[in-house]
Amino acid sequence: MAPTTFGWLVLLCPIVGTVVIGLGFRRLPGRSPGWIATAAIGLSFVCAIGMLLALLNRSPAHRQLTSSLWSYANTVGVGANLEILVDPLSVFMVLVVSGVSTLIHLYSVSYMTSDRGYTRFFAYLNYFVFSMLLLLLAGNFVLLIVGWAFVGAASYLLISFWYRRTTATRAGIKAFVINVVGDVGLVLGTFFIFTHTGTLDFLKTFAAVPQVFHHNSTDLVVGCLLLLVGAFAKSAQIPLHTWLPDAMEGPTPVSALIHAATMVTAGVYLIARMHPLFELAPTAADVGAIGGCLTLLIAGTIGLAVTDIKRVIAYSTMSQIGYMIMGVSAGAYSGALFLLMAHAFFKALLFMGAGSLIAAMAGSQSLDRMSGFRRALPFTFGCFIIGGLALSGLPPFSGWFSKDDILAYLDHRGGGFEILGILGYVGAILTAVYTFRIIFRAFFGEPCPEAKELEEGHLAHAEVPTNPQTGEVEDTDVGFPGPEHHIAEREWPMKIAMATLALLATVGGFLQIPGVDDAVRRFLAPSFAGSRLAAAGPSTGTDWVGLLIGAAIAGVGIAVAYRVWILAPGTSTRVRERLAPLYELFVNKWYFDELIDFAIVRPALWFGQIATTVLDRALVGTLVTDGTVGIVRAGSAAVRRAQTGFLRYYAALMVLGITGVVIYFLVSS
Amino acid sequence: MPIGWYLVVSALIFSIGAAGVLVRRSPLVILLCLELMLNAANLALVAFSRMWGHEDGQVFALIVLVVAACEVTVGLGLIVAIYRRQLPIDVDDLRELQG
Repeated sequence: MAPTTFGWLVLLCPIVGTVVIGLGFRRLPGRSPGWIATAAIGLSFVCAIGMLLALLNRSPAHRQLTSSLWSYANTVGVGANLEILVDPLSVFMVLVVSGVSTLIHLYSVSYMTSDRGYTRFFAYLNYFVFSMLLLLLAGNFVLLIVGWAFVGAASYLLISFWYRRTTATRAGIKAFVINVVGDVGLVLGTFFIFTHTGTLDFLKTFAAVPQVFHHNSTDLVVGCLLLLVGAFAKSAQIPLHTWLPDAMEGPTPVSALIHAATMVTAGVYLIARMHPLFELAPTAADVGAIGGCLTLLIAGTIGLAVTDIKRVIAYSTMSQIGYMIMGVSAGAYSGALFLLMAHAFFKALLFMGAGSLIAAMAGSQSLDRMSGFRRALPFTFGCFIIGGLALSGLPPFSGWFSKDDILAYLDHRGGGFEILGILGYVGAILTAVYTFRIIFRAFFGEPCPEAKELEEGHLAHAEVPTNPQTGEVEDTDVGFPGPEHHIAEREWPMKIAMATLALLATVGGFLQIPGVDDAVRRFLAPSFAGSRLAAAGPSTGTDWVGLLIGAAIAGVGIAVAYRVWILAPGTSTRVRERLAPLYELFVNKWYFDELIDFAIVRPALWFGQIATTVLDRALVGTLVTDGTVGIVRAGSAAVRRAQTGFLRYYAALMVLGITGVVIYFLVSS
Repeated sequence: MPIGWYLVVSALIFSIGAAGVLVRRSPLVILLCLELMLNAANLALVAFSRMWGHEDGQVFALIVLVVAACEVTVGLGLIVAIYRRQLPIDVDDLRELQG
């Protein structure tokens, strides 16, 4: 079969899953919706492998294929087809997304068991995977925008999955609104490019761009900056990042799937996909690289201070995506996409571990309350250690090969990028410290009551279920988390999912060992064939130097964390007191929420109030509405007197009127 | 005979009908007067038709007859309904539609 046929099958499986689960939600018994969903995504992954094999059968020069099912609109100058583009880049992304999604579905089968919205959850989850795959396989801007908006909608549905929690619904709305800002950026950026190239098709656009734009032309830079707005909103980069930490209100598998492994990497994919545009508009690419660098630093510092375990991991996600955005913007495509893959493995693993921890804590997410889970949750502990080492970038884990590949490229490219590379190393220290802060605080030290209970073989149970954010009392009916919690130690589907990811996080890095196999770079090469930057990578020797520096820095970070939280507990309190203003800044997330509130939300509210009081009530209300009503009322009052109700009076009027008309015509003729 | 006389008769009958509609208060009589007015118009139509030697006027007269029949049916039906509900048979008393 042709690779594109597999591509259509990849899209078909999850949408069929969604429809089956969505329609059968009353009839499907027990855990069957979960299994159907897992099977659908698993099939999708199998088809993705088929797509990969079919693509590898072709010579490297012929690995970009498009296939169009039908045409939406084909008018003057606009050709919008339902068209997919299968090339190494999209195949790579589809493999990562469908593979990790399968494992997370498997995890959710157990994790969500006692939730009353079980079926709805899997219908949403399958719908999300479909949207994400549509985004990745889209062969033109129209389908890309459709997929882009679909994943935003799916993200909204899943963040506010526990819809009776006000915190969750608010977080969902926030995520949706910020994502719509990104959608608008994407659409406008598309328009800027379309007006010049006259085509929406990706391959035709890339072919036309060098002809119609000169280097760094204003329209192209503006178009690329608008695309960046889309990428930044979807990938939670500063200043459009505030929705991601709040998105942790969703169930933990959702955080693992959407807000760590797949959706938030869509921005990275977008920039990689649009690399011919960005390379012609270096100004926009520089903005992207600087934005990514800022994000990775700021998110890293916040990760040091916040105490909600899921939010720490969320800030870590932001920070890692900062690396990727910085990488793809600067031209380190294969490194960034490699980090995307590795990150999907270890971050999903960390979230799954966090889910297990939260379950053991009976729903509580605060690091302040967790400690000493090492013996109570040995399997989760092992997975967390592997995920943490990979995230910190210690050899030979996947994070090491990938992240430090990007940094080596930046240092090699020189100029301003060298500064970004050095800041990236600073971020790497932060990464190692906050990662091991979680591990040391949650797993080491004196066991907390919940851990002790679990060591005696009994899973902690909250007396009254409460919202971990606000402490509000909840029930366990639909719209709230279910009554039972599930830990990986006792559920084999969770265990398999986590073990597989742990394995991948460990050995995934061997896909691209500089100078040895370079599999990712060589596989992706056809997609970046025309790229000047992709060809100008560092030599193998420089790459290895970068890797070794990275490993040393990660080691330093872990040592610092060990010193602070194990050797001399209490150091963190002392540091916090000494650097109180800095701590305040970090723990308040650099006041971005307040800043956006002050700069955008308040003025908008204020303008809205002005609009209701002045424009609506005073202007429209009195002048337009009351004025019209007055005129009609006065007119009808005048005419009403003619309506006496006497039949003969009407008849007389009619006779008079007709007589008058007749006389008029007789006289005038 | 010149056409003028026919028209004079027609106008006379029409005026009598119109005056009856305006003056009388019984709905039954008003209906009869309406018939007078219609037939006056019919007379004029037939007269003109004869003058021009054309059959259009005759056709119109026939149509007017049909319309008149319908109107009488509806009108009489209304009068019977008014009588059955024991409302006054006087158009001046039936004035609920005043504005």
